Amino acid sequence: MKRDFHVIFSLFAASSRLQKKRAYLTIAAIAWGTVAILLLLAFGEGLKRQLDRNRRSTGENLAVMWPGETTKPYRGMPPGRSIRPRIDDLDQLRGRMPELKAVLGEIVSWRTALTYGRKTVNGRVIGVNWEYGDARKHFPQPGGRFLSPEDQAQMRRVIFLGDEMAKNLFGPENPVGKTLLLNNSPYLVIGVMQHKTQMGVYGGPDANHATIPITTFRAQFGRERLNNLVIETNEPEEMKGELRKLNEIWGAKFRYDPTDERALGTWDMVKSAKTTRNILIGIQLFLGIVGALTLLIGGVGVANIMYAVVKERTREIGVKMALGAKRRWIIVPFVLEGVLYTLIGGTMGIVIATLLVTATSFIPIEGNKVLSFLGRPTLSPQIGVITSLILGAIGLLAGYFPARRAASIDPAATLRYE
Amino acid sequence: MNKNGSIIHMADIRKVYDTGKVKVEALKGIDLEIHAGEMVAIVGPSGSGKSTLMNLVGCLDTPTSGEYELAGDNVAGVTRDQLAEIRNRRVGFVFQNFNLLPHISAVENVEMPMLFGGISPRERRKRASELLDRVGLGERLDHKPTELSGGQMQRVAIARALSMNPDIVLADEPTGNLDSTSGSDIMSLFTDLWQQGRTLVIITHDLALAKRASRIVEIHDGRVTSDRAA
Repeated sequence: MKRDFHVIFSLFAASSRLQKKRAYLTIAAIAWGTVAILLLLAFGEGLKRQLDRNRRSTGENLAVMWPGETTKPYRGMPPGRSIRPRIDDLDQLRGRMPELKAVLGEIVSWRTALTYGRKTVNGRVIGVNWEYGDARKHFPQPGGRFLSPEDQAQMRRVIFLGDEMAKNLFGPENPVGKTLLLNNSPYLVIGVMQHKTQMGVYGGPDANHATIPITTFRAQFGRERLNNLVIETNEPEEMKGELRKLNEIWGAKFRYDPTDERALGTWDMVKSAKTTRNILIGIQLFLGIVGALTLLIGGVGVANIMYAVVKERTREIGVKMALGAKRRWIIVPFVLEGVLYTLIGGTMGIVIATLLVTATSFIPIEGNKVLSFLGRPTLSPQIGVITSLILGAIGLLAGYFPARRAASIDPAATLRYE
Repeated sequence: MNKNGSIIHMADIRKVYDTGKVKVEALKGIDLEIHAGEMVAIVGPSGSGKSTLMNLVGCLDTPTSGEYELAGDNVAGVTRDQLAEIRNRRVGFVFQNFNLLPHISAVENVEMPMLFGGISPRERRKRASELLDRVGLGERLDHKPTELSGGQMQRVAIARALSMNPDIVLADEPTGNLDSTSGSDIMSLFTDLWQQGRTLVIITHDLALAKRASRIVEIHDGRVTSDRAA
């Protein structure tokens, strides 16, 4: 064993001295492949993180439901009946499902005239509970606030604006503290939403709507039928059970079959987040495979060079065998040589890719439409591990196959003639 | 060593090359006995099978059938690595085209079999220098083969062949690539080695050189046709 090590090391040291010049291009190919796989994976990782962040900007552990029509007969009643929950049904539901983090109602008024000074825009106004701000991530910009329990209890005429809508109506002015007219009733602007890149949208982006207390909405518009019901659980895995329970409670109350999926249309964001995650894993896998193939081409380059070396040194190998070299003493130095090229190229590639990824972190992401969706390439430890494993495997294989050919050389055939 | 003192004991050795379509019988039953201290020349025209015989004697190849003992060890049915070890310890090769490794120095070339034989680096360097000194190249230890003349390269090869102190030195047309002066120098070197008690087998088609051996074995068409003292 010790002797093996000594012999192999001596032979390897002697042969790698010779190969320097030939190795440069191969090493460059491996470095290039490594850069490709790392950048592709970093891009995938950045995309994943950004999409995750964008998805969370709608809210976490949410489900949105909208009342529809029954499609199954229930207790002698025909299908096709409308389900009509009202504001007061929220309190009752809250009482039956205290484990939920939030039970929220939305009543929507589409194309509502909002006037400030001489400017009027038609926009979406939604009546919501005060807990809506946290659950749906309507965070106020500094100097403002979201709707409060008092606003709701006292039916105050206060309004919280999406940032796009605020810009349309007020331009560069700070809207907070100003009064605008909503269908000719004065409302005090109490806050403007912080900008967010939003993935999950229903009705429209949050930036383009305004929210007022649900009680005020009832007084203003004389409507109390809910357009949407939003529930929030504490943990994502609770969502499925809570939705079933909710359908059982409301199925009994509004007389519909709890398994009737159309009575209460449901968007389970937990479930769609899982789907999105799976798609992202698929994308990352795809990017990884593309990168690995690029790297493989580098590996083929290494193997190619090693084959050329074997061919060129056939007689030398034959001589060594005649002098008593064992198979492994021929094979291992070749494998080591392949691994060495791969290692050097891989290290160079990792350094270059890290520099490139670091460079992209200096590009501002705010206000950049592409980056705010795609995110910023990110290198994670897993990416490092995966790339190293692929590099190692390619190095071993690229060295092994030529080495095996070297070991299969018949010394008797190579020694005799020039 | 074998009980009757023979280094090489071959009985009814046959070698068939199967090229897929055609089977070529290169050796058709060779019986050969070589004793310690002999200097044997194997002669024959090209195509006679003497190269095949050399491969078998040197354990570079194995016979299709027959019995072969090298220094008392049966060579039949051993693995490639075991064969490599036998070559390393028992056989010293000298080739027509020298077959030195071109990128390393003379002394490193001589050390190569000792590296495979598990000799320590210091001992290797000591023995290699001594051997090169003995063949008259004590001044050229660090020269690369390309910096040496043909005769000098062949002397490095002879030093290399002796480095593991083998039971037999096997030379294949050792003067074939040399001018007549260098060739006769090399033959003198072989004669010296024989006189020091080495066992040598030299393959040649040059009868003048063969006459310097103690015994001449002639091969024709895969058979021994004549075996006589020189």
